[in-house]
Amino acid sequence: MSILIFVELDNGSIKKTSLEAIAYGAEIAKVKGTTATVLAIGNAETSELASAGAYGASKVLHANAPELATENAMAYASVLAAAVQQEGAEVVILPKSGLCDSMGARAAAKLGASIVSGVTELPDLTDGFKVKRSIYTGKAFATVAVKGAIKILGIKKNAIEAIAGSGSAEVVGFSPALGSGDFVAKVISQEKASGELSLTEADIVVSGGRGMKGPEHWQPLLDLAQSLGAATGCSKPVSDLDWRPHHEHIGQTGIKVAPNLYIACGISGAIQHLAGVNSSKVIVAINKDPEAPFFKAADYGIVGDVFDILPRLTKAVKESK
Amino acid sequence: MKILVCITNVPDTTAKISFTDNDTKFNKAGVQYIIGPYDDYALARAVELKEKLGGTITVLNVGEAESDPQIRKALAIGADDAIRVNCDPQDSYFTAAQIAAIAKEGGYDLILMGRESIDFNSGVVHSLVGEMLGIPSFSPVMKLDIEGSTAKFAREIEGGKENLEASLPLVLGCQEPIAEWKIPNMRGIMTARTKPLKVVEPVAVDELATLDKYTLPAPKGACKMIPADQAETLISLLKTEAKVL
Ligand SMILES: Cc1cc2nc3c(=O)[nH]c(=O)nc-3n(C[C@H](O)[C@H](O)[C@H](O)COP(=O)(O)OP(=O)(O)OC[C@H]3O[C@@H](n4cnc5c(N)ncnc54)[C@H](O)[C@@H]3O)c2cc1C
Ligand SMILES: Cc1cc2nc3c(=O)[nH]c(=O)nc-3n(C[C@H](O)[C@H](O)[C@H](O)COP(=O)(O)OP(=O)(O)OC[C@H]3O[C@@H](n4cnc5c(N)ncnc54)[C@H](O)[C@@H]3O)c2cc1C
Repeated sequence: MSILIFVELDNGSIKKTSLEAIAYGAEIAKVKGTTATVLAIGNAETSELASAGAYGASKVLHANAPELATENAMAYASVLAAAVQQEGAEVVILPKSGLCDSMGARAAAKLGASIVSGVTELPDLTDGFKVKRSIYTGKAFATVAVKGAIKILGIKKNAIEAIAGSGSAEVVGFSPALGSGDFVAKVISQEKASGELSLTEADIVVSGGRGMKGPEHWQPLLDLAQSLGAATGCSKPVSDLDWRPHHEHIGQTGIKVAPNLYIACGISGAIQHLAGVNSSKVIVAINKDPEAPFFKAADYGIVGDVFDILPRLTKAVKESK
Repeated sequence: MKILVCITNVPDTTAKISFTDNDTKFNKAGVQYIIGPYDDYALARAVELKEKLGGTITVLNVGEAESDPQIRKALAIGADDAIRVNCDPQDSYFTAAQIAAIAKEGGYDLILMGRESIDFNSGVVHSLVGEMLGIPSFSPVMKLDIEGSTAKFAREIEGGKENLEASLPLVLGCQEPIAEWKIPNMRGIMTARTKPLKVVEPVAVDELATLDKYTLPAPKGACKMIPADQAETLISLLKTEAKVL
């Protein structure tokens, strides 16, 4: 028995949410008296992968066949299932993301494994294997008894703090046979904003709503985001109106974020928007309407005009550095 | 073209979430139910594809009789017939196994779902069903066209999108802007009453996960208001008090 953790790579570096997944898996391994093995798919330097050891992994399986260079949930699921079998893994940890949900699910169906997505805490192992998961888009939690011989868990951001210790993991190549069935889709093109901070990984998110008045008025928000090293998001009407790209849309029907700091600028705070941000640690709302519902969900609030407030905040951030 | 659309019956997005029976049951009192918003996008695109290419749309729900009003609504929006697998699904794998069993019999060219349910938010049922049927699955799909036996579609990826092509049959998890939500018209509502809704019993599946209890998040503390003329103090508060900068 062992614990297997899948990590996502971003340009060859292990993502922060994946480091949390390693720490999470390593903690279970410690309690169970077993080892934590990491699976990484795609290009990465051996030294980067070995750093998984600092978070508690003892070994890294590195699958780096050329066909795996582009994200492919079906092929990645086959690799994951092969790794589970080779390692005799009974618990499999993935960070929660679109890719991981899809590959985790296909691997679960291959292995007849339990799959629980959206886990928010370490499992309770005192009576079986119980995990707490987020449901109703962050509005509640459910405790689930996981009963399969193999358990696949998708863990949410901040389920555990990843603190780097010392130690280095042994990196070994992993080349399971790849079936052609996993490569049936033809990728025609990719349109990807380059150099943009990932919304789901970012520690700070600055987000704008209809109160920003139009796409030509976004600069003050972008300036504040840049001064804070933040990713930018928006409300649904803003992306529906094409003021901002669709991949910035946050909320019930968009991306769910869980940063340390979420700054909402000219967003009313409709329940469907809040559903995508309620896992944030600290929320700031800036709105000219003192009755805006966002203030009920925020930790700090400023009643004022975004076009007055945002430039002043940017200046204050720069001066405080 | 045979399309299967899988819909969830879920509390309205504004519903107040609370629990009863010692926090073991969802409190349905006063809660309005809707078709899952993502499933609604899938259904809307299915109706558009049917208008263009002909064929049939079957809607499928794994749930109890209380799903029937939402199933009727889907029929009113444009589905031809419906199947309900009569049970109280509590686990993604169980739900997917029921859908796969129906899909195997039906021989559908396209199985459309939402990217995720808004009650459990797992985002896994489409991929589970794809694997169970041995066919490809993709999610979240934000654009979809069919040409002959090929699907041309766009999938959202981190920071952008990816344009793909694949042969049918496929399972797709949908999200906006794949189509605009559709509102049933009077004629649709009238004809929906007589469209067939078949109720079938679930297939047996090993118990892989069960629900123990529910909890609500701790209530949020009061919001600290900062006067607009002192907006700059926010930055120092975020540093020293909230410790997030
Ligand atoms: C099923 C469903 C799903 C949905 N999913 C989502 C979702 O995922 N994400 C989402 O965001 N919405 C979603 N919505 C829509 C949601 O209900 C709201 O309509 C939306 O969030 C409102 O966006 P907004 O706050 O930008 O705009 P508005 O509600 O128009 O609010 C604009 C705000 O800006 C303030 N303002 C105006 N000018 C200024 C100024 N100069 N300075 C400061 N403040 C100013 C106003 O006081 C107001 O509060 C969904 C709705 C439904 C029915
Ligand atoms: C206590 C409890 C009570 C429930 N009661 C009901 C009920 O009365 N009626 C009911 O319909 N569901 C009910 N559900 C099931 C729930 O709505 C989900 O369908 C199921 O738990 C799968 O969730 P998921 O997050 O894994 O789905 P996801 O993987 O997030 O779903 C992705 C897509 O799969 C499809 N899908 C998922 N579930 C179903 C389904 N049940 N039927 C058809 N298509 C589906 C949808 O297209 C959905 O957008 C209940 C769940 C619980 C925990």
